[in-house]
Amino acid sequence: MRGRPNLALLTGGTLVGLVVLAAAVSFFWTPHDPTLVDAARKLREPGGGYLLGADKFGRDTFSQLMVGARTTLYVGVVAVGIAAVVGTPLGVVAGMTPRGWLSELIMRVNDLVFAFPALLLAVMLGAVYGPGTLTAMIAIGVATVPAFARVARAATLQVMVTDYILAARAAGRRRPAIAVRHVLPNIGSVLIVQASVSFAIAILAEAALSFLGFGTRPPIPSWGRMLQESQELLFSTPRLALWPGLAIALAVLGFNLLGDGLRDHLDPKLRRIRADG
Amino acid sequence: MILYLVKRLAVLLASTVVAAVAVFAFMALLPGDPAEIALGVNATPEAVADLRHRFGTDRPPAVQFLDWFGGLVQGDFGTSYVTSAPIGPQISDRLGVTAVLVLGGMAVALVLAVPLGTFAAVHHRDPLGAAISAASQVGIAVPAFLAGILLVFVFAVQAQVLPSGGYVPIADDPGEWLRGLLLPWLSLGLVQGAVLTRYVRSAVLDVMREDYLRTARAKGRGRTGALWRHGLRNASVPVVTVLGLQLATLLIGAVVVERVFVIPGLGDLLLNGVAGRDLLLVQGVVMVLVAAVLLINFVVDVTYHLLDPRLR
Repeated sequence: MRGRPNLALLTGGTLVGLVVLAAAVSFFWTPHDPTLVDAARKLREPGGGYLLGADKFGRDTFSQLMVGARTTLYVGVVAVGIAAVVGTPLGVVAGMTPRGWLSELIMRVNDLVFAFPALLLAVMLGAVYGPGTLTAMIAIGVATVPAFARVARAATLQVMVTDYILAARAAGRRRPAIAVRHVLPNIGSVLIVQASVSFAIAILAEAALSFLGFGTRPPIPSWGRMLQESQELLFSTPRLALWPGLAIALAVLGFNLLGDGLRDHLDPKLRRIRADG
Repeated sequence: MILYLVKRLAVLLASTVVAAVAVFAFMALLPGDPAEIALGVNATPEAVADLRHRFGTDRPPAVQFLDWFGGLVQGDFGTSYVTSAPIGPQISDRLGVTAVLVLGGMAVALVLAVPLGTFAAVHHRDPLGAAISAASQVGIAVPAFLAGILLVFVFAVQAQVLPSGGYVPIADDPGEWLRGLLLPWLSLGLVQGAVLTRYVRSAVLDVMREDYLRTARAKGRGRTGALWRHGLRNASVPVVTVLGLQLATLLIGAVVVERVFVIPGLGDLLLNGVAGRDLLLVQGVVMVLVAAVLLINFVVDVTYHLLDPRLR
């Protein structure tokens, strides 16, 4: 199967690349100021320097989309970062001592956190501390910890029965050293795939939270809030809902495909299974 | 099996109690005295102390928790500090609406996913099977509320055959009730159906490679017959697990979809509670949703054991 291009990886990489590019460019250039309110341009039709038109406040849709990509990536990176940094060590510890009380405790707490979806956590945090990007990121991150811990644990369990771990233990290496030197590098590919999939879920969660008013606050552009603001204008100006909706769907699709593609790319065994499946 | 059931039930009860402690600790012990908020900045200390006594927030946290939790067990969620209305009836009114929304969405997802996923697996080498897989990948990328907005655009704005939102109780007008729920059900069901299709496809693919299916076919059963008799039960084991996880996702998705379609369910109640700073109400609704997720997980685990005898 070497010669066949990995379509999922290619498509996913391209879509994610586009989102990253839009976000990066938005730092020093957007066609217009995305937050500039101008009654004269209210609901301006696309064209004449306004590629996708303007919204009910006269803000340029294209510029908003570009900065919205930044918001999306920012929330995704921090949320997935929290989940990976907290979840991975917990999963590795649980996987290295599968019969210990610590492992049992970790997995029980994990199950409990699993019962608190990101949206509920964000609503609780928002109710107490006020909604915002920070509370959204923390909520999504904490809610994603169990997924990482589970995946890390499962992968660690598989690695622990390999000969090289046995050899390292026979050589008298201590557990922390084994975890860092042998376990982590070998579960890395699984974690990268998980990060990509979690990123897609984080984008969905951020969009939903912003849509409900629990995410990024105005005036910072966010795809979810653009959708929410467009809903009342669905009858007159549906394009305002179309573009942020498309942006969310393509970004999520991109990260999902990237995860699928990476899985095939990094794990030759799975590739063979999928090839005949 | 009975031992497993008892053990799993104990875990469910313990998790619910711990979850209640977590929700209470988070919502009730954090900054903001409900009595001070209710009376405003100009209240006298005596009035605040008096109200605090009436709310019961002057008692030690442990006593407050036991009081709240003891009430929960009996279906009493306390009285709102903001509106002075009992919270329990509000929750039970809305619970039914959300449950109908979630179950309808699940039904749509199942009706879509089981045939499509099985078809995509059986015809995995044909263009149509591949097309179903690709379509499901796109469907996963669309959040339920976005699907809702798109559906409103197509069916309410363009075709004008269904309402764009609102809710009519079934007792008032069953026809309008159904018309109002069709788009919300589809919004939830299409997206979850896309996810589920992928799982059904891979589960059926796995089963198709099993020796027992080859044996059944060697004994003269057709492809469909063999799959029907021997395959589906085995394929259902992983699907049921995903189904449970999806019910939990649907419950949360319903919170957002209720907002899109202006449906007075639990999500609407929750968000209104937050907007009105009605923390006890938020605490109650969050607890109900978390308990529902825990209960769903319990049912999934038990079903899993029933379906797969190897686990017993």
